[in-house]
Amino acid sequence: MTLSVSAPSGDAQGMTIVARTQGQLVRRRFFQHKAAMAGLTVLLAIVVLAFTSVGFGPFDGWWKYNWTQTGTVVNGGQPTLTLWPFSLGEHPFGQDNVGKDYFALVMRGAQQSLLVAFLVGIVATTVGTLVGSLSGYFRKWTEAVLMRWTDVMITIPVLLIAAIVGRMAGGSGIIVLGLALGLVIWPQLGRLVRGEVLSLREREFVEAARAIGTRPRRIIFKHILPNTLGIIIVSATLTIANAILLESALSFLGVGVQPPDISLGQLISFYQGAMLTRPWLFWWPGVFIIAIALSINFIGDGLRDAFDPRQNRVRA
Amino acid sequence: MIAFIARRLGISVFVLLAATIIIYVMTALSGDPLADLRQEQGPDREEKMRVRSERMNLDVPIPVRYLQWLGGLLSGDLGVNREGQSVAIILGNALSATLQLVVAATVMAMLIGITVGIISALRQYSGFDYTVTFMAFIAFSLPLFWLAVMLKQYIAIEFNTWLRDPVIDPPVIVVVSLISGLTWGALTVGTQKARLTSFAIGAAVAAVFLTFLSATRWFADPGLGTVVIGLLAFGTAVGVTALFAGLQYRGPLYAALAAAGVGTALSAVMPGLLVDPTWLELFGLLLLTVAVCVGLGYALGGLQRRQAVTASVLTGVVTAGLIFMDALLNAFSAYSRRMRGRPIATIGSNTPNFRGDFWQLTLDSATHLLLPTMALILISLATYTRYSRASMLEVMNQDYVRTARAKGLPERTVIVKHAFRNGMIPITTLIAFDFAGVIGGAVVTESVFGWKGMGNMFLEGLRTVDPAPVMAFFIVTGGAIVICNMLADILYAYLDPRIRLS
Repeated sequence: MTLSVSAPSGDAQGMTIVARTQGQLVRRRFFQHKAAMAGLTVLLAIVVLAFTSVGFGPFDGWWKYNWTQTGTVVNGGQPTLTLWPFSLGEHPFGQDNVGKDYFALVMRGAQQSLLVAFLVGIVATTVGTLVGSLSGYFRKWTEAVLMRWTDVMITIPVLLIAAIVGRMAGGSGIIVLGLALGLVIWPQLGRLVRGEVLSLREREFVEAARAIGTRPRRIIFKHILPNTLGIIIVSATLTIANAILLESALSFLGVGVQPPDISLGQLISFYQGAMLTRPWLFWWPGVFIIAIALSINFIGDGLRDAFDPRQNRVRA
Repeated sequence: MIAFIARRLGISVFVLLAATIIIYVMTALSGDPLADLRQEQGPDREEKMRVRSERMNLDVPIPVRYLQWLGGLLSGDLGVNREGQSVAIILGNALSATLQLVVAATVMAMLIGITVGIISALRQYSGFDYTVTFMAFIAFSLPLFWLAVMLKQYIAIEFNTWLRDPVIDPPVIVVVSLISGLTWGALTVGTQKARLTSFAIGAAVAAVFLTFLSATRWFADPGLGTVVIGLLAFGTAVGVTALFAGLQYRGPLYAALAAAGVGTALSAVMPGLLVDPTWLELFGLLLLTVAVCVGLGYALGGLQRRQAVTASVLTGVVTAGLIFMDALLNAFSAYSRRMRGRPIATIGSNTPNFRGDFWQLTLDSATHLLLPTMALILISLATYTRYSRASMLEVMNQDYVRTARAKGLPERTVIVKHAFRNGMIPITTLIAFDFAGVIGGAVVTESVFGWKGMGNMFLEGLRTVDPAPVMAFFIVTGGAIVICNMLADILYAYLDPRIRLS
């Protein structure tokens, strides 16, 4: 809702002052952040390209090849993509040694990598937020138990626990892998949320809510969490960017996504030996990983600036 | 302090213990340790399965197995892997390789990252700052393994091929010179003319330098020589003095210049003395250098004695490092011939069965360390740059910095004494946090470069569902993380006395 308040002094100077809600301010700042907008555009383009081109689930894509069908290798499998004049050609990203169309493979890999990353982001954010807000609000033994658990999880290097989880869940498909990875990388986020909740719960509005007998559940969800939304959204975004890199690293080490599923990291691992003869098999998945991670990082940066513009202040 | 350390260690032991339970149970549940034998066809299949079950105690439930492992650990026994090899011996071999890699990468990333971060904070919103920020974002988004494979392909293989005829192509010289000019131009504050001048100087110096390197085929038989060592040493002396004492006082400057002079004079005779030294002898020489420089600073420092000692010791240590580098580079062409002209290694942490004098062996480790370290630096470099930039900006905005400026202190004193020291306090916590990431990165890097390090031990253990090596990996890395965290807390309290350790 936009209220047009024309203050007399402002009017006199020919200005109209528009009152905006917090949400509108944040949105405005976010949409004015150039890097974040560029990131958002690239990410949306990649998502649309990956999911429409080779199809997803029951839907067929518009691309003529499938990621499973083999064919005859044309011209050593060289990529036919030319940028100027722009033309896709028969196999824009080339072919592998058994004639699979590499564009289809990379698109399928990007789909699955994105799915895993978003799953990890959603699970880690949900668990981290719950644990953080519960332990921050209830203190005492809830906090003791949850925070000791977080301490234990933080002592273990992320790659170590993720590799073990990947080894356990990798064979059961990407959904299970995403859920499982999400369940081990939430502690950082949990600590962050707890810190925020700890400071918010001492504020007057929470005290007032408690004084009129509001239930803890309502206080947490209606009074405290909306105020931590900024931090949660920003770290969720950065978690997704890290999850893309984590999944690809695990798949590269052979403990992540397992065949017949395809992911970008797994493609790089699989074709690593072809670096000398067919370098494009190595280039394309890497370029897509970087593009996805970079655009999500830019979006995260834009969100951070939008939620907390104080950081942007020009300093002496 | 001691009570704090004891209490922290006590808690850490319990945290580590809880973590070992999780990791042991999860590793044991992650697959079937007999999977490969079940596939096998052969008369002794049953026998092999029986032997392995017995060795890994597969007949007892996992909690009992864990307790047995824990009992072994408490009596100093890390157990055996499923082939019956002692994990302690595997770990002993793997540890030094990984330690070299992790320490080299962390130290380099800290030095470069903090320096770049501070410079980009002091030149906020300059071209340099924007470029560094953008590069940091790229570095955050780069998959480490991809970068490592790229380095292997384009730096090692192509560079080795190029070394046969080390002539730098004119286009490369032009591009590198332009980049150098742009960097200097972006770092300069002032008028358009000043910027253009530093652009021109930066580009011209780089162009002349690279043309000289190319024309003399420096890369085929590298070395510094007394003249270059002298130039660099005196340059360091002036730079260090300017940074730590200011150039307006003569005492510190003379002390640093004296240190540089002694070092340069020694650099002419040193190679003859250091034919085949040991690390211990070199360390002794380093201590001697420090002692001599302390003496020089004390004698020549005058009123600025403390600053003079700092300046001369730093100059002396840098000069000693230059002499060491020179000796190492002089051994390069012989080493390169022994490696059949392909000195930059891509596989392993040293050449198998390689024998030679001290310089050859050190070069062998160095050429093997080069690429993995470059790859590994990149993950923490961006973090250090961003954090030290943010922290420095925060500090430069504080009241005490304004006060320092207001009372007329020179900008050097404000930055080095008032801002830098306080700006580095938050970085200490980052070191501990970052270390865990570097260990994870080391696993990936070792896998790409085929090192037989701890990462390899861990992955092999995980692949074969063998908890003992996995646990050994965790004991070392988890322990290191705990100790790093504690050191960071102590350092934090030391740097910021308002914080009490209790």
